[in-house]
Amino acid sequence: MTTSESFVKFDTVDKSYDGEVLVVKDLNLDIPKGEFLTMLGPSGSGKTTTLMMLAGFETPTGGEIYLEGEAINIIPPNKRGIGMVFQNYALFPHLTVNENLAFPLEVRKLNKSDVQDKVKKALDMVELGEFGNRMPLQLSGGQQQRVALARALVFEPRLVLMDEPLGALDKKLREQMQYEIKHIHERIGITVVYVTHDQSEALTMSNRIAVFNDGKVQQISSPTILYEKPENAFVANFIGENNQLKGKVKSINGKNCVVTTDNGDDVTSLKINVNSVGDSSTVSLRPERVEINSSEGNFENSFNATVKELIYLGDHIRTRVEVCGNDQFIVKVPNSYKGANLKEGTSVKLSWKASDSRALDLG
Amino acid sequence: MNETTVGPILTSDGIPLKVSLQKSERKNKIRAFLLVVPLLFFILFTFLIPIGDMLLRSVDDSYINTVFPKTFEEYKKWDKQDLPSEELYKTMFFEIKEGSGYSIGKATTRMNYAKSGWKSLLKKSKRKFKKIEDGPYKEQMIVIDKRWADMEYWKAIGVMVDPTTAGYYLNAIDLKYNADKEIIRQKENRRIYIKTWIKTFKVSVLVMFFCLILGYPISYLLATLPLKYSNLLMICVLLPFWTSLLVRTVAWMVMLQQKGVFNNLLVMSHIIADENRFQLMYNQTATIIVMTQILLPFMVLPLYSVMKTISPNYMRAALNLGASPLHAFYKVYMPNSIPGVSAGCMLVFILAIGYYITPELVGGKDGQMIGNWIAYHLKTTLNWGLCAALGAILLGVLTVLYWVYNKLVGIENIKLG
Repeated sequence: MTTSESFVKFDTVDKSYDGEVLVVKDLNLDIPKGEFLTMLGPSGSGKTTTLMMLAGFETPTGGEIYLEGEAINIIPPNKRGIGMVFQNYALFPHLTVNENLAFPLEVRKLNKSDVQDKVKKALDMVELGEFGNRMPLQLSGGQQQRVALARALVFEPRLVLMDEPLGALDKKLREQMQYEIKHIHERIGITVVYVTHDQSEALTMSNRIAVFNDGKVQQISSPTILYEKPENAFVANFIGENNQLKGKVKSINGKNCVVTTDNGDDVTSLKINVNSVGDSSTVSLRPERVEINSSEGNFENSFNATVKELIYLGDHIRTRVEVCGNDQFIVKVPNSYKGANLKEGTSVKLSWKASDSRALDLG
Repeated sequence: MNETTVGPILTSDGIPLKVSLQKSERKNKIRAFLLVVPLLFFILFTFLIPIGDMLLRSVDDSYINTVFPKTFEEYKKWDKQDLPSEELYKTMFFEIKEGSGYSIGKATTRMNYAKSGWKSLLKKSKRKFKKIEDGPYKEQMIVIDKRWADMEYWKAIGVMVDPTTAGYYLNAIDLKYNADKEIIRQKENRRIYIKTWIKTFKVSVLVMFFCLILGYPISYLLATLPLKYSNLLMICVLLPFWTSLLVRTVAWMVMLQQKGVFNNLLVMSHIIADENRFQLMYNQTATIIVMTQILLPFMVLPLYSVMKTISPNYMRAALNLGASPLHAFYKVYMPNSIPGVSAGCMLVFILAIGYYITPELVGGKDGQMIGNWIAYHLKTTLNWGLCAALGAILLGVLTVLYWVYNKLVGIENIKLG
């Protein structure tokens, strides 16, 4: 079964390499045309395997993958018309940049002048117009990366896959390339499936992010929702910085619930991923949503805490405190008059809204 | 031009930077040199000097000059039209009579290369000259042996007067000097070396080719299999390395002879009739089969180590870009494996061209290579000059091939890993 609006569809796909462990479990995923979807997860979470199955280098053990409504499990990789940017680029070292770009076109038996036109256009797109006659190894990492990108796009594939393409670049170049890839995607409107383990990369570039862990998609949604409204403890922890308070559900009241932490404090939170009273739960809370010594009174949660450590980071002070039995609790205090008064060992009052703390599974 | 001339860069204490740098590097250079000194001496005394000495023998013809110095001096005056003068006969007579038996014997071996018959003539003369007390010597010598009146013998000395000679090299390519010191071809039935050279190249190229054909797929498999399987396979490849060369060669003799395992199997399975057994031993075929097996690891190892460095992503990328597996292999994998192919082919060819033991044991008459002739002259005829000439030609040919190869492929494209 396929639906007309999904461009790529994973239908209950399983993958096992050894017949004992499933690397990808019961994967269902729909990708609409033109979307930039990122598969994000720690190593060994199944994201690269999923990409390899889509490219055709691995065969699903169960289930079916559809591309534009066509089942592609039995189609070999060279007939799929999918472009791919590999980790470490995989530029052919014995061919020049031009020849690398011409490779997919010559395979498709385009005539010489068309090949030249397209190669030139693709090189111009990545601003490497005058590098066509160089060998790949004569280029810097960032330039190689752009050539790889151009090669994956030059034959106008239906879909482009990228397997941690920026992993080998230094931080500054990586950020620059993130924008570049994002802009190219916006300009030509091609569907991109991108794999990374770097969450800031995922947040920067994607329309939607699928968070993988343990062979399963944990949550798939836009970067904002993923950050603001994580649906389970893994996602909350994996995306951005996050404070966790472990406890048991004491009472449930509509969309809120009260969780009693291990040291006996009651925390009022949104009821997200708990079902009944007595369940174990992790309350998740972003560091920037906690107020220190606030004079306002409209916070559902207010606790006394001890300052353990102050780390000066310029624009804000990263403050580690002990609260509700957790001594790894982080608060980001803006570097203003408030932060200047903090001393290690002093007692402070922490407050946050119930709507900012989310009662999730145990994680 | 800039008006202010830029002087050498100085360090803070006023010494030019280059001098300063040299001083600081000197210690490292001395250290590096000291580290290689033992090896340097070892190679010098066990390789460079002996090889150099051996190669000099290929052109050296000075010994005979030390045995007949006066005769050769007198000889230069001879006009080569008529029989030499009494004076030449006389010097020859005394140098034969008074020379030590050993040095005369050694010299006659050389003289025999120039004209066969010299050896027996001098042996006989040395014995009979004792009875002759005084001159004239010419007639008496001719009475003892009439070969002394043969112009051919006297002319042949002319080839040996020079302390250096190209004779051994000529010999190594089926040519020789005639009595007038002109280069002529050997007699039909003595032309053996050109044929052997051609055979040596043919066998070496075929062995190289078969090693490549057999070695490439196995290396590919080795390089792409998971480690636990490839290690096992690697042991299989290396196993022959750990077995004695002789044992392996003899095993092949058991396998390939007419009543051997291979032929028996074919007869037993009725593929061939008993009287049509293949002749696989003691001929060129045997040399090629056995040498291919023995040299195969030298092809596989460089191929493997180069293929190991070819990222599997290259093939994936080629497939992804739309190339069929065959096209991807041909256009992407093969060009990247060329350095290994080059290294393997060079290694196998160089080893094959000088091979000796295997052709000796399994080659029969038809499978002998140039190495076998070198061994034969070294041990049996003691014609070391010819050995040296054959060896030098081998060395020269390899150097030329290396040069051509460097021009065509580029030596930097050889990679052992």
